[in-house]
Amino acid sequence: MNENWIEVGSVDDVPVQGARVVKTEGGDIAIFRTEKDEIFALRDKCPHKGGPLSQGFVHGKKVACPMHNWNINLDSGIAVAPDEGCAARYPIMIKDGNILLSLTPDEGASDN
Amino acid sequence: MKEKLVVIGNGMAGIRAVEELLKIAPDTYEISVFGAEPYGNYNRIMLSPVLAGEKTIDEIMLNDEQWYVDNGITLHKGKEVTEIDRVNRKVISADGTTEEYDRLLIATGSSPFIISVPGHDLEGVVPFRDIQDVNQMLDAASKHKHAVVIGGGLLGLEAANGLKEQGMNVTVVHLMDSLMERQLDQPASAMLKSSLEERGLQFILEAQTEAILGKDRVEKVRFKDGTEIYTDLVVMAVGIRPDFTLAEKAGIHCERGIVVNDTMQTFDPRVYSVGECVQHRGQTYGLVAPLFEMARVCANHLGQHGIGRYEGTVTSTKLKVTGIDLFSAGDFNGDENTESLVFQDAARGVYRKLVVQDNRIKGAVMYGDTIDGAWYFDLMRDETDISDFRDKLLFGQAHLGDSGHGEEHRVISLSDNAEVCGCNGVCKGDIVKAITEKKLFTLEDVRAHTKASSSCGSCTGMVEALLAHTVGGDYSVAPHLKPMCGCTEHSHDVVRESIGKIELKSIPDVMSVLDWDTPDGCPKCRMALNYYLLCAWPGEYQDASQSRFINERAHANIQKDGTYSVIPRMWGGDTTPKELRAIAEVAEKYKVKTVHVTGGQRIALFGLKKDELPAVWNDLNKSGLVSGHAYGKALRTVKTCVGKEWCRFGTQDSTQMGIELEKMTWGCWTPHKFKLAVSGCPRNCAEATIKDMGVVCVDSGYELHVGGNGGIKVRVTDFLCAIKTEEEVKEYCAAFMQLYREKAHYLERTAPWIERVGLTYVKEHIVEDEESRKVLAERFLYSQKFSQDDPWKERAEGSDKHEFEPLKELVADLKAG
Ligand code: SRM
Ligand SMILES: Cc1cc2nc3c(=O)[nH]c(=O)nc-3n(C[C@H](O)[C@H](O)[C@H](O)COP(=O)(O)OP(=O)(O)OC[C@H]3O[C@@H](n4cnc5c(N)ncnc54)[C@H](O)[C@@H]3O)c2cc1C
Ligand code: SF4
Ligand code: FES
Repeated sequence: MNENWIEVGSVDDVPVQGARVVKTEGGDIAIFRTEKDEIFALRDKCPHKGGPLSQGFVHGKKVACPMHNWNINLDSGIAVAPDEGCAARYPIMIKDGNILLSLTPDEGASDN
Repeated sequence: MKEKLVVIGNGMAGIRAVEELLKIAPDTYEISVFGAEPYGNYNRIMLSPVLAGEKTIDEIMLNDEQWYVDNGITLHKGKEVTEIDRVNRKVISADGTTEEYDRLLIATGSSPFIISVPGHDLEGVVPFRDIQDVNQMLDAASKHKHAVVIGGGLLGLEAANGLKEQGMNVTVVHLMDSLMERQLDQPASAMLKSSLEERGLQFILEAQTEAILGKDRVEKVRFKDGTEIYTDLVVMAVGIRPDFTLAEKAGIHCERGIVVNDTMQTFDPRVYSVGECVQHRGQTYGLVAPLFEMARVCANHLGQHGIGRYEGTVTSTKLKVTGIDLFSAGDFNGDENTESLVFQDAARGVYRKLVVQDNRIKGAVMYGDTIDGAWYFDLMRDETDISDFRDKLLFGQAHLGDSGHGEEHRVISLSDNAEVCGCNGVCKGDIVKAITEKKLFTLEDVRAHTKASSSCGSCTGMVEALLAHTVGGDYSVAPHLKPMCGCTEHSHDVVRESIGKIELKSIPDVMSVLDWDTPDGCPKCRMALNYYLLCAWPGEYQDASQSRFINERAHANIQKDGTYSVIPRMWGGDTTPKELRAIAEVAEKYKVKTVHVTGGQRIALFGLKKDELPAVWNDLNKSGLVSGHAYGKALRTVKTCVGKEWCRFGTQDSTQMGIELEKMTWGCWTPHKFKLAVSGCPRNCAEATIKDMGVVCVDSGYELHVGGNGGIKVRVTDFLCAIKTEEEVKEYCAAFMQLYREKAHYLERTAPWIERVGLTYVKEHIVEDEESRKVLAERFLYSQKFSQDDPWKERAEGSDKHEFEPLKELVADLKAG
């Protein structure tokens, strides 16, 4: 796969248990940082009714959507059962403390 | 190598413990289960509806055989364990199957008690305990006409009703002079008997069975007094006996059951036991709620979390006979130290009795209309002081100022497409379907699967009623103290107390000292902990903004389209041309779509983009406008009327009073939002009597009212006291807010809080005890020192920049899509 990595900022720019937004012409992408300092990227759009996941509440490896409290798994973009749905997930690479993002969503992830 | 866990008994308690264990520590053990019955795990309490033809066996399976496979559990079904070899740590079944164990869980349940009269072993004499018994009864019902049920308790009556539904002619024989004497008092029992008679059941009371007669099959039952009745089937439902023969044979200490401690361990610490087979603190149980609680505690210890103790359970009883409503709990007979409150309407077939001691409910019996059973049961378990509403208690919860919801529990008679949860648009049919298809037992399960009752919560009562009705029996796992959330065993009160006592000062500290089950909690507990810590350690605790809901993190309220609203404070509802001009200018400059006068006497600007917020705040600040905290669990508004300055009826300067109260209280974080109002006379134009605290000015001074609520459940305030001076109003207000801040659970508004702790409690601390009031007020004012910096100003000056700016703006095309 042809990955085109773009540097979007340093890990420290994203608050622990929080998120920041990368604005792209194709829409916002949310970059999350967990309590364990893992970084994930998802389309900033909840599979339920499109709520901005970047404004959600990060706990464990999940984010609770600010709109109606669905929980979305950060590593897969898939909603925690019994809710159903999926937010597209983007590849991330960390290099020297910097976050590199690819704008090609992971395979298998639906982008809606 | 994983340790080996062997479970003896494939019933409700044993498998519940396994389920709980898989939830918290899925990889700890290699698990194998022995079950004497040849099936997966099923819901025993639903055997009654199966017998009555309301359910099928398939519908009551909880875990089918595939579930064991999916979870890597070895199931030895149809194999009865006959020996436990504790020296070599293995168990052996009748057919020789052997499993070694590191830990053993005994959950053998109980056996039906068979009275050993002559003929008890004839064909056609059956107990009522498992699927096989039910099949035998159904078979008999298809071939024969007459049945006798020995035993007029819960099980006996459910069996009798079922057989009746199957077309048999049923006589219930009971040793005592009243039915269900262990659960019902005389009047309720008599009402039950007559309605069962109306349905065609026959009763013979005070009858002692002497023999069962017949050649190949039962033909007659003979009593001590010589009378005989003809029958083709005898169901023995005279009681159960904990099944501990196997354990006893293995040398484990047993009395009336397998003796366990608070961590569900037997005298051999490798061997645990749960369910009807155990004896805990001298008590044995025959209902599922306590067993589920035991299962939780046991799993917790097996999973090596090592916290949580089982401390016994208060149980309540319901009869699963469709069309008959009956409820009982606790000590319903009472003694010389108790009083009884009784309501009886023979014509409507309604009876209620509450046994009360020191203004706490000790027991309840209800017949005919059991809608409030769950409520009484809660009051009983929480030991709520009922003195404030004792006069209305018997009429039920609907009569406690719960306007618009009085009919809620009529839910049972609603049609399937009636909407139960207005917030999430969930209909009755969806809920019932989820409960039956997904085999849900608890309110939390229903919330997770359907979303019903997960938002405003006003339909919780209805959902609980549906649960009770659908799964029957004692549906809910009713822990003595409700845990804060799924991440911990501890209740709100325990956590708060520990924060103070052990001096816990950060969220990670609380979680590690109190053994949280999740690495960093969930929204529920983290938001609550952040508040509790902030309240406990003013000036010292570093607010954890990532543990706040977005609105409080961003100091603005998120809207459905992802924009934000801005509502500046208007002290006591007063404003000036200068402020209005500043608002107008901001509205124009940032092209605000909607400018709205709110229900809280101030002006809201809607539709602002997040990255504009600091600039908007900066502009507002310049004219002295500060955050209105319309987004927070915090002091919101102080609503006032014009009062004596202008109004011909005004008795005091209500506007000025309101402004001063708002200046004193703004910026304060509270368990839920907090609203104040001051009206200039009892005409009450500021609606002070539906606020968390309301002040009504009168000629002689001020009347204080507390615990009001507009919103979802309207509640009128309780009158707290009348006082004379403005200074006193402030002191009482500060003290009341502080008591609420320190004692209420997170997300509990003053109205439900006062209903939980009682107005008397509030009066004791605020009105009757001057010292306590002064100390509370002082603590309030002290903590205000650290919370009255305008959060908008700080952010306009650049703090929390990351919250308002994107990480990066890219112009590149999004590749695939
Ligand atoms: C703006 C306003 C409506 C309006 O246009 O007038 C409003 C708007 C909201 N209310 Fe309200 N309430 C507003 C006055 C009220 C009032 C009237 C009052 O305060 O006198 C009530 C009933 C009185 C009461 O609280 O007892 C009220 C009872 C509620 C409730 C139900 C609370 C309850 O205890 O039952 C909620 C839901 C909640 O808090 O969980 C709620 C929640 C909300 C939320 C926060 C819903 C949300 O989470 O998005 C709305 C936020 C809109 C926003 O972006 O700011 N709002 N809300 C009012 C703002 C007043 C202010 O200046 O701060
Ligand atoms: C008809 C009926 C209606 C009921 N209604 C209600 C109600 O409405 N509400 C309520 O709360 N409770 C009700 N109960 C009681 C409830 O079902 C029991 O409290 C609960 O099932 C007990 O769970 P347990 O796991 O302890 O025992 P069980 O569910 O009986 O499980 C024990 C299992 O262990 C197996 N076993 C025993 N010895 C061995 C051995 N040596 N080797 C292998 N396996 C063995 C048994 O075969 C059995 O399957 C009802 C019970 C019945 C029978
Ligand atoms: S509360 Fe009384 S005094 Fe105040 S405005 Fe209303 S009527 Fe007038
Ligand atoms: S939009 Fe995310 S939960 Fe509804």
